[in-house]
Amino acid sequence: MEQTAEVQDREDSLKGVGCSRKRKEDARFVQGTGRYTDDFKFPGMLFADMVRSPYAHARIKSINKEKALALPGVHAVLTADDLKPLNLHWMPTLAGDVQAVLADEKVHFQYQEVAVVIADDRYIAADAIELVEVEYEELEVLVDAHRAMDSDAPVLREDLVGKMDGAHSKRVHDNHIFNWQAGDKEATDRVFEQAEVTVKQDMYYPRVHPCPMETCGCVASFDKINEHLTVHITSQAPHVVRTVVSMLSGIPESKIRIISPDIGGGFGNKVGIYPGYVVSIVASIVLGVPVKWVEDRMENISTTAFARDYHMTGEIAADKEGRIKALRVNVLADHGAFDACADPSKFPAGLMHICTGSYDVPVAHLNVDGVYTNKAPGGVAYRCSFRVTEAVYVIERTMDVLAQKLGIDKAELRRRNFVKVEQFPYKTCLGWELDSGDYHTALEKVLNAVDYDALRKEQQEKRAQGELMGIGLCTFTEIVGAGPSRNCDILGVGMFDSAEIRVHPTGSVMARMGTITQGQGHQTTYAQIIASELGISSDEISIEEGDTDTAPYGLGTYGSRSTPVGGAATAVAARKIRAKAQKIAAHLLEVSENDLEWEVDRFKVKGVPGQEKTMKEVAWAAYNNVPEGMEPGLEAVDYYDPPNFTYPFGIYLCVLDIDKRTGETTVRRFYALDDCGTRINPMIIEGQIHGGLTEGFAVAMGQEMPFDEQGNLLGNTLMDYFVPTFVETPHWETDYTVTPSPHHPLGAKGVAESPHVGSIPCFTSAIVDAFAHLDVTHMDMPHSAWRVWQKVHELGLDTPA
Amino acid sequence: MAKQHVSFNLNGKQVDALVEPRELLVHTIRETLSLTGTHIGCESSHCGACTVDLDGKSVKSCTVLSMQADGSELKTVEGLADAEGLHAVQQAFIQEHGLQCGFCTPGMLIRAYRFLQENPNPTEEEIRWGMSGNLCRCTGYQNIVKAVQTAAQTLQQA
Ligand code: FES
Ligand code: FES
Repeated sequence: MEQTAEVQDREDSLKGVGCSRKRKEDARFVQGTGRYTDDFKFPGMLFADMVRSPYAHARIKSINKEKALALPGVHAVLTADDLKPLNLHWMPTLAGDVQAVLADEKVHFQYQEVAVVIADDRYIAADAIELVEVEYEELEVLVDAHRAMDSDAPVLREDLVGKMDGAHSKRVHDNHIFNWQAGDKEATDRVFEQAEVTVKQDMYYPRVHPCPMETCGCVASFDKINEHLTVHITSQAPHVVRTVVSMLSGIPESKIRIISPDIGGGFGNKVGIYPGYVVSIVASIVLGVPVKWVEDRMENISTTAFARDYHMTGEIAADKEGRIKALRVNVLADHGAFDACADPSKFPAGLMHICTGSYDVPVAHLNVDGVYTNKAPGGVAYRCSFRVTEAVYVIERTMDVLAQKLGIDKAELRRRNFVKVEQFPYKTCLGWELDSGDYHTALEKVLNAVDYDALRKEQQEKRAQGELMGIGLCTFTEIVGAGPSRNCDILGVGMFDSAEIRVHPTGSVMARMGTITQGQGHQTTYAQIIASELGISSDEISIEEGDTDTAPYGLGTYGSRSTPVGGAATAVAARKIRAKAQKIAAHLLEVSENDLEWEVDRFKVKGVPGQEKTMKEVAWAAYNNVPEGMEPGLEAVDYYDPPNFTYPFGIYLCVLDIDKRTGETTVRRFYALDDCGTRINPMIIEGQIHGGLTEGFAVAMGQEMPFDEQGNLLGNTLMDYFVPTFVETPHWETDYTVTPSPHHPLGAKGVAESPHVGSIPCFTSAIVDAFAHLDVTHMDMPHSAWRVWQKVHELGLDTPA
Repeated sequence: MAKQHVSFNLNGKQVDALVEPRELLVHTIRETLSLTGTHIGCESSHCGACTVDLDGKSVKSCTVLSMQADGSELKTVEGLADAEGLHAVQQAFIQEHGLQCGFCTPGMLIRAYRFLQENPNPTEEEIRWGMSGNLCRCTGYQNIVKAVQTAAQTLQQA
C-alpha cells in the first residue's frame, strides 16, 4: 500500500501526461518579455510599407516613384519591374498556381500590393506610399463566383489564357481553376433516383478572416559578407518558409535561418507566404541592411489569408426512417484572384471529402469547382484542418434539414445514422478511415447533461407564447493531423513532423520540434509527454521550436497537427531514448535487458527489490559508462510519418433566445463535449476549447467580408469586422469522453480546432431551430441581429398580434 | 518637423525622449524606450493590446500622442512586478490559464490592474463590461474573467 503511494508521488512529481500543469511560457508573457516579430530591432534596420491598389481590377498604366524617392529618409521604391530581372515578380503558391508578388501590369483585387517603399522608419514609409503615383485603367470586376464561368465574364488571369491544363484538372473556362471530385457519381445518382426521401439545401459559407491579435510581419536581415539570410517571421511553418525562400532566391538552405519567435496567434493566417515577406527579403538583399515589414490591421484583413467563401449544396437521400442512403455535395469554391489555398498539394479543396461526417453513409459524391474572382488570394484553414469546417457545415446542416422534413427529432436522426462503436476503424465511402469513436455514448451524455427533453418542452411552451427559442445540435467528426505522406505533402515535402531530444548528463532535457506554438502551449505539453516517457520531471525539460538552425525539419503547426504528428514524434523519440537507457541500466545492474521492468522513473530488476537505476543515474552513465560497443550519449531524433489522420469528435448543443424586436440573440447555454482521445493537459485543452468556441461564435454570429459590385471590401477594420468582446461572448460549458486513437503512440488526437469546426453549424442549427416551426429550414451566416431581424420581419413576427 | 522634448515618469523612473509631434505614444514606448511589452493590434483603438496606465486611467497608447503624455505618470506591463515578485493580476493570469499566445496579455493585465482599483469587488458582469475594451482571440475570455476574480480576492486579502 505504502509502496503504491510512493510510486504515485513519484509519478505526480513528473507532471506528465494528464496533468493540468501550469504553462511554462506564461512567466515571460505576463511580464511583457515575450519576443514577437515586431519586437526585433537591429542596427540600421529600415521599414517597408506597401502601395496598394484602390481598385479590384485595373490595368496599371504607369507608376511614378520620383516624389516618393525625393522624400528624405526614403531608400527605395520597388515595383514589379524591379523584381523582374530577379524573376521574383511572381511566386509559386502552395496550391500549384502562381501569385504576383507586386502587381505586374494588372491588379486583380483591391489592396493588392503594387509597390513597396523602404524608408528609415514607419512614419516616413507611410508618408512615402502616398507620394507614389499610380495611374490605373479600371476593368470590369468579377465579384460573384456564380458568374465566374459565364461566357461574358471578364477574364481575370491573362497570364493563364489558353493554358487549359490546370494544376489539378483541365480548366473549362479562363476563370476556372479546377474541378475536383470524390466518390461514385453514378452510384450516388442512382440511389437518389430511387430514394424514398430526398432533401436538398443550398448554403453559403461566407468569406471570413482568422484575424489573430498580432498581424503578419517579418524582419529580413541579409549579411552581404557571409551571404547569409536571417528572417524573423510570423510563420506557422518556418521550415517550409526556408525551403521556399531557398527555391525562390537560390540561396542554399544552409545559409538561410528562419526564426518564428513568439507568435501572437495564427489560426491559419500565418501559414502562407506573402508578398510582404518576399519584398522585405529582396530589399534586405539589395540594400544590405535589415528590413522590417509589419502589416496593419486593415492590410491583414484585406490581403493575408481569408478563409471559406464556399457556395455549397448538400443533398441526402434517405428512407422514411431517416436512414441515409446517399449523400451528394456540390461546391462552387471562390478562391480569389490567385489560387493560394494552403492545402496538402493533392487536395485542391482540402479535406472537403470528409463531408460524410459522423454517419454511416453507403455512397456519396462530392464535386468542387474552383473559380477565380477579383478578391484577395488565400483560402486558409481558419482554426480548421483544410476545409473540414466547410465539410462539417454542409453535412450537419443537411442532416437538420432531413430531420425537419421527416419530422424526426434531430438528435434521434443522428442516433439512427451514427457510425456505431463496433464499426471502427470505419472506412468512409469517400476514402477515409475513421480511427476510433463512440458517438452514441457522447450524444447521450450531452442530452442528459442539458435535459434535452425538458428543453424541447420549454421550447413548445415558448412557441405557444410566440417567443423564439432555438436548440442547436452538432455531432461532428474532425480529421486532423496531416498527414500520412502517402497522400499529404506541401510542395512535395511529406507532411511528417519531428522531434529531437537530448538528455544531458545530469538528467535534464532539451528537446526541439519541427512544429511551432502560437499560443497552444507546446513548451508545456511536449515536456509532459517526455516526462511521462522518460521519468524526468517536466520542470527539467526545455522545449524549443521555430528556429530552423536548431530545430529538426517539420511542417509546422496548423490543422491541429502538433499533437497527432509532432506529439507522436516526441513520444517515439523518447521511446528510442528509453530503449537505449534500458541497455545502459542492464549494464550497470549487470543483468540482462529483459530482466528489467520500467516503473515511472526507473528500471528495476524484476523480483529483486532495491536493485534499480533511475533515469537520472542512467543519464550520467550514458556519458561515462556505457556497455562495450555502444556509442556514448543519450539522445534521439524521430521523424514521424503518421499512418493515418486522427479523428476527434464532439457533440455540441446550444440553447438560445431571439429578441423579436431587435433580432438580437442571447446564447443561454452552450454545452460542448469533446473527445480528443488521451488528454495531455486538461487545463490547456479546456482553454483551447473556450478559444475555439469563441472563434466559432464570431464566425457564426457576425464575421463576414462583404464586397460591393466594384470589389471594394466593406469591412476591414475591427470596427466593422466582428471580433467578439468579453460582453458578447457566451459562457462555455465543457465536457469530455476519452476514446483513444488506436494508431497514435499516446492515443491522442488533435483538439484545438474541433470547437471552431463544431460550434459554427451548432449556432446555425440553433438559430434555424428558433424558426423551424415556421418551416424555415436554413439561414445563411452571419446570424447578426440585422439579418435575424430581417427573417423575423419577413415572417411578420415583429408585428404585435 | 523638429523633434520635441517630452519627459514623463515611466514605471517609477523619470525618462526623457525626443519625439515627433505626430508620434504615437505606443511607438515612443516600443521603439524609443525599447519597452516592447505594450503591443499593437490595430492602431485604431479597438483591440486594447496597447493599453497603458496614464495618470491613473487605462488608455490605448495607439491613440495618444507622445506629447500628450508629457509630465504624466505612466505604467506599462513591465512596471507591474516589483521587488517582491509578480503582481497579483500577473499571478492570477498564470493560475487561471488566462493567456495563450500572450499578445493581448500585457494590455489585459494593465487594464485589470486599473479596473480592480476602480472596482475592487466586481461581479462577473462588471468584469466583462469593465474589460470589454480589450480583445482576445485565443482564450474566449472565460479564464480571464476567472483570473480577474482571483486577483480581486488576493488583493482584497492583502
Ligand atoms: S493597438 Fe491600440 S487599441 Fe489596438
Ligand atoms: S492570448 Fe492570444 S490574443 Fe489573448
